[in-house]
Amino acid sequence: MDRQQVEKTALLARLKLSESEVVKFTDQLTGLLDYVAILNEIDTDDVEPMAHAVEVSNVLRDDEPVASLARDDALSNAPKTDGVYFLVPPILTEG
Amino acid sequence: MHHTIVIGLETHVQLLTKSKLFCGCVNRFNPENPNTQTCPVCLGLPGSLPVMNREAFLLSVKTGLALNCDISQFTKWDRKQYYYPDLPKAYQISQYDLPFSHDGFLEAEVEGQGVKRVGIIRAHLEEDAGKNMHDETGGGRDSHVDLNRCGTPLLEIVTEPDLRSAAEAKAYLDELKLLLNYLGVSDCNMQEGSLRCDANINLHIHGDDGSKIATPIVEVKNLNSFRGVEQAIDYEANRQLEIYEETGRKLGDPGVHKETRGWDANRSVTFGQRSKEEASDYRYLPDPDLVPITLTADEIDEIRQALCEFPADRRRRFSEAFELSAYDVSVIVNQGAEFANYFETVAAECGDGKQAANWCTQDVQRELNERSVAIGEFPIGAVALGTLLAKVVANEITTKSAREVFAELLESEAIEPTAALAQIDQIIEERGLAIVSDTGELEGVVETVLAGNQKIADDFRSGKQGAIGPLIGQVMREVKGADAKVVRQMLIEKIGK
Ligand SMILES: [Zn+2]
Repeated sequence: MDRQQVEKTALLARLKLSESEVVKFTDQLTGLLDYVAILNEIDTDDVEPMAHAVEVSNVLRDDEPVASLARDDALSNAPKTDGVYFLVPPILTEG
Repeated sequence: MHHTIVIGLETHVQLLTKSKLFCGCVNRFNPENPNTQTCPVCLGLPGSLPVMNREAFLLSVKTGLALNCDISQFTKWDRKQYYYPDLPKAYQISQYDLPFSHDGFLEAEVEGQGVKRVGIIRAHLEEDAGKNMHDETGGGRDSHVDLNRCGTPLLEIVTEPDLRSAAEAKAYLDELKLLLNYLGVSDCNMQEGSLRCDANINLHIHGDDGSKIATPIVEVKNLNSFRGVEQAIDYEANRQLEIYEETGRKLGDPGVHKETRGWDANRSVTFGQRSKEEASDYRYLPDPDLVPITLTADEIDEIRQALCEFPADRRRRFSEAFELSAYDVSVIVNQGAEFANYFETVAAECGDGKQAANWCTQDVQRELNERSVAIGEFPIGAVALGTLLAKVVANEITTKSAREVFAELLESEAIEPTAALAQIDQIIEERGLAIVSDTGELEGVVETVLAGNQKIADDFRSGKQGAIGPLIGQVMREVKGADAKVVRQMLIEKIGK
């Protein structure tokens, strides 16, 4: 794992890393990936990729509406609201 | 040198379920009451778990089958990760490598061109995001987020790049919308965003020497009307040709990527958008919160058997069963399933397809347009209209009289079916509209009228054909339900004696 990959991963995860963190994580993540790479030694040519860790399928519910949260409750965890909408810093509209 | 426009469409369709895709919040367009249809699941609160809506999956499979797709016997759910305020989980639950359906087609009639078969690459099920509202004044105020729509079921239908013109794209979308209406899968209300479209557009430029060059692919987003799709295609074709002639840039050149452009409906132009993260940056991964769905071949077959009749089949059946022109049939079928059902009942009741078609596409349609209502809200039921027309077909009343009854029924507004039938008889009775088939009564009146108008009768005998008109009028005034043709015939006979 090189420095660029760590920086891109941080960007995608919206994490702001300091210079020393970039160095530290590059090192740590490389170690991690090297360790996991042991798995590459197993021959998986005839193995179907696993879609889910549990051997269960078809968990479905009936199409019945249930009560939603009151608006005040829905908004209660948000850092900023006007009591009706969630408010977020302005999103640029391109054009 | 000439060029071909190459278009593929990605259509997002909102499914008509009662509740959202993974939670029990109601699935309803409700912008007047923002953020009143949410719960821990669709708000993405920690610890909440999604559970798949059975009906949403069933509607999806029905659509896949109607689009002639292969239905997967094993399908799973993936997380598509990106950050945007209308998506509180920071990932959308979608389907990546194992969609529930793939490899189908839809046939659409293109005006003046015949039937066009459009390949369907895949249809998959995913959740919709909420809605962001930006400060349009440029004042830089906060954006507003309404999460009522967040987590509602969305079907994405992706075509092959098979379309070659704006007209073909329009024909495909019209037929798709109609099919979804017949299936009861979506109301496709574009104002409410139930059907949204992205178009992938580029040009194939054919040189005189037989060479072929493709221009870079442009994806136009935010197309929320069929008109917009058509305009955007034509606009892009011109723009791409100009740029190609200017720069010679083509698909496959180093540094040439797929470009994303928006559609500005007010100015009728496309505009450049910041390119989104590359597909690989969505970091799709199987959603551990949702287990896969498996279907047996028998189960798929069972769903197939239960499917309704598709518009194309109904056109074919109507034209055979009711001996109607292709045009009449299309007008009826393309109005939607409810209208076609209405017509079919009217036709069955009156036993005359052409008569039923004329009334449905003219008298009924005119009223619907004037009232801006759908056939479901039309005051005269199909059985009532069919019964009324049966009387015309059986020669019990004239078409003119039927229009009188129709008009009076319209004024009386919604009536329950049996009451409507009684009312039809009552109006005919009160207005004396019944064609008098009792020739005895009619003969008496004809003789009286003739006796009082010997001069006119003489004129007619001496060859003045027009002289008979006033006599017919007089008889008709006396016997309201009389058939003018019968009266005329009777007068001529009696004058001749
Ligand atoms: Zn919810």
